[in-house]
Amino acid sequence: MRNNKKPTNNEIMNAIENQPKISKKTVLSCLLAISNEFHFIPKNAVEIVAKYTGKTTNDVWGVASFYTNFRFTPPGDATLDICWGPSCHILGSQKILKDVHGLLGINQEGETKDGKITLRYSTCLGACSQGPVFAIDHKLYGKASVEKIKEKISDI
Amino acid sequence: MDFNQLKNISSEEWDNLNSENTIWIRVGYGASGQAAGAEEIFNLLKDLSSDNENIIISLVGSMGLSYAEPLIDIKSNDGIRVFYNNVTPDITKEIYNYLIQKNIPLSKYVLGQIVPNGRNPIDGIPELDKIEPLKYTKQIATKNFGNISPTNINHYIANGGYEGLNTALTTLDPDKTLNQVKDSGLRGRGGAAFSTGIKWSFLAGNNSNIKYILCNCEEGDPGAFNDKGILENDPHMLLEGLILAGYATGASNGHIFIRDGHEIPIENSRKAIQQAYDLNLLGENILGTGFSYDVEVSLTGDSYVAGEETALMEAIEGKRSMPRFKPPFPAAYGLWGKPSNINNVKTLSYVPYIIKEGSDKYKSIGSESSSGTAIVCLSGHIKRPGMYEIEMGMTIKNLLNNIGGGSSTNNDIKLLQTGGPLGGVLGKEDFDVKIDFDEMSKVGAILGSGGIIVADSTTDVVDLIRTLVAFNQFESCGKCFPCRLGNTHMLDILNRICNSRPNENDMDVIKKIGNSMKTGSLCGHGQLGYSPIASAIKYFKDEFDLALSANHPVDSNDEEMILPTRTRP
Repeated sequence: MRNNKKPTNNEIMNAIENQPKISKKTVLSCLLAISNEFHFIPKNAVEIVAKYTGKTTNDVWGVASFYTNFRFTPPGDATLDICWGPSCHILGSQKILKDVHGLLGINQEGETKDGKITLRYSTCLGACSQGPVFAIDHKLYGKASVEKIKEKISDI
Repeated sequence: MDFNQLKNISSEEWDNLNSENTIWIRVGYGASGQAAGAEEIFNLLKDLSSDNENIIISLVGSMGLSYAEPLIDIKSNDGIRVFYNNVTPDITKEIYNYLIQKNIPLSKYVLGQIVPNGRNPIDGIPELDKIEPLKYTKQIATKNFGNISPTNINHYIANGGYEGLNTALTTLDPDKTLNQVKDSGLRGRGGAAFSTGIKWSFLAGNNSNIKYILCNCEEGDPGAFNDKGILENDPHMLLEGLILAGYATGASNGHIFIRDGHEIPIENSRKAIQQAYDLNLLGENILGTGFSYDVEVSLTGDSYVAGEETALMEAIEGKRSMPRFKPPFPAAYGLWGKPSNINNVKTLSYVPYIIKEGSDKYKSIGSESSSGTAIVCLSGHIKRPGMYEIEMGMTIKNLLNNIGGGSSTNNDIKLLQTGGPLGGVLGKEDFDVKIDFDEMSKVGAILGSGGIIVADSTTDVVDLIRTLVAFNQFESCGKCFPCRLGNTHMLDILNRICNSRPNENDMDVIKKIGNSMKTGSLCGHGQLGYSPIASAIKYFKDEFDLALSANHPVDSNDEEMILPTRTRP
């Protein structure tokens, strides 16, 4: 199980300060660092980022709500991305999405009932030549089928 | 340390790796390799060879041969590189054991061989550059792909890397460097195809002491993976191009802009930058020539519009990636209000070659108005999906047949989707068109970033267009309401049409919406929103007519397309 304890203010500050070297830390770079560390943007992070970057909490919410990779509640133990972009679409991704809904017992993006898996529809995972493509926690798999997805998520 | 010393050290390392004492096994990697399972093969080979110090295992780029992945390349004691395609863990073990016991290749799994000068090829194995599809390709920007480790600067230098930079810094002044690029006829590979030299001269003419070169690797187009492909295979080539762009324009800083989550391109770029700093190819007083330049990686969150040049600058500044009003143009007022120039990864990757070999040599490749090569990505219903560098001027038909190997299904190819989701479709009747910026635009086709999605005759055009519009709707940044609302409205209508509930005037309404989007949007995302529909109607009007007569063939009890519900508030 992933540790979904609410990160403390100190832990959030550490994530901000330990982000990869960059000439000017921005609202977006701080949010990315936090999201990569905790897999979501905790509420207390918004104010910390605002203070750290000299912006308002409104500014920070604005950025955080704009980029579709950010979320505000902890995700499941693993995130399953399935591509629905045109290249994978032609190779049958709609059917895969439908079958995966059945497999996971959900009918849209989000968490399974047991909280183990977060399903996301992705616009493009960048491995179109191996399509249809899916990814588990950013690790890519090609030639997707519901059987292959079932096998890869079986040990989560 | 001067450049010759760097070259000597690098060559020594490279020669050791290629010496008779070493077996060097390269595993093709990158997004495509990872998706094909290359990591497992790499780990297996590491385990198998752990007690043999004469065997070195490296991850390299996969040369774009996605159809052949997982792909391994074994250079044995005789210096000959033998390539094995579509290996599984079991096949890998078999190949490895055979090699260790008999020291000859297991030919039944072999794709081809590369034979060093002065050696005889192994009988019965084709030479790699003679096989289809590679015999039809032309390698300039991709010449190191699969050959060098992307995370080792010495490999790049040993293969002629940073020679262009050294030449420019020691023998050319910035003006002459810029003129080389101008004379080469190089045109931007991000989609607009504008002359790179002229674009650079806008920035060079500005006297600000802080100026930015921004390299765009956002690459959100589904079907295009060549920018990330370059960073997966050869990040130093891009970095050298980025430094040369800085030198030619008098810029002070460079940024490589990538979407967060694309770990291999990000890691490769960061490592390349660090290695270049360590050898004083970046930083203060580069190679003692007085030229100083800094480069860093900037990340964006998930947003397709972040690839638009002014939205890109907003993202680097940490804001919502929404396009700015123009003018002022980036060359006058760009990142942090300073003069800036945005170039695509592919564009910059040609620059080291142009400077090293001269603009005439580059200009002699390709066609009259589109010099050089195109790096195209094939995906969809094609036998040999992958990334291929071809000389400009090849016809689409030859690309599909000779390189792509034709349809991957029992059905003929019906259309291509090119130019990204804001591009369009290209029907069979225009497959004789040459891959060339001007020739393609004459028939209304867009090369764009080089992504070509192949669709066979079973593909439902109306449904495909709905997917493109759904993509554009989901990715609209929301700044201009004609784009934000227009895409949503068009998607609603297309959903209705696909579910056999069309209205008589649906296509007229869509066209009107498209016109409003064109005139009322700040950037291409809204302006071009109608283009995929227009191009589809041009080739497949009958399919639209059929759908509009409420006889849509894929109607399946009003089933809605599965799409994300997240929106940008």
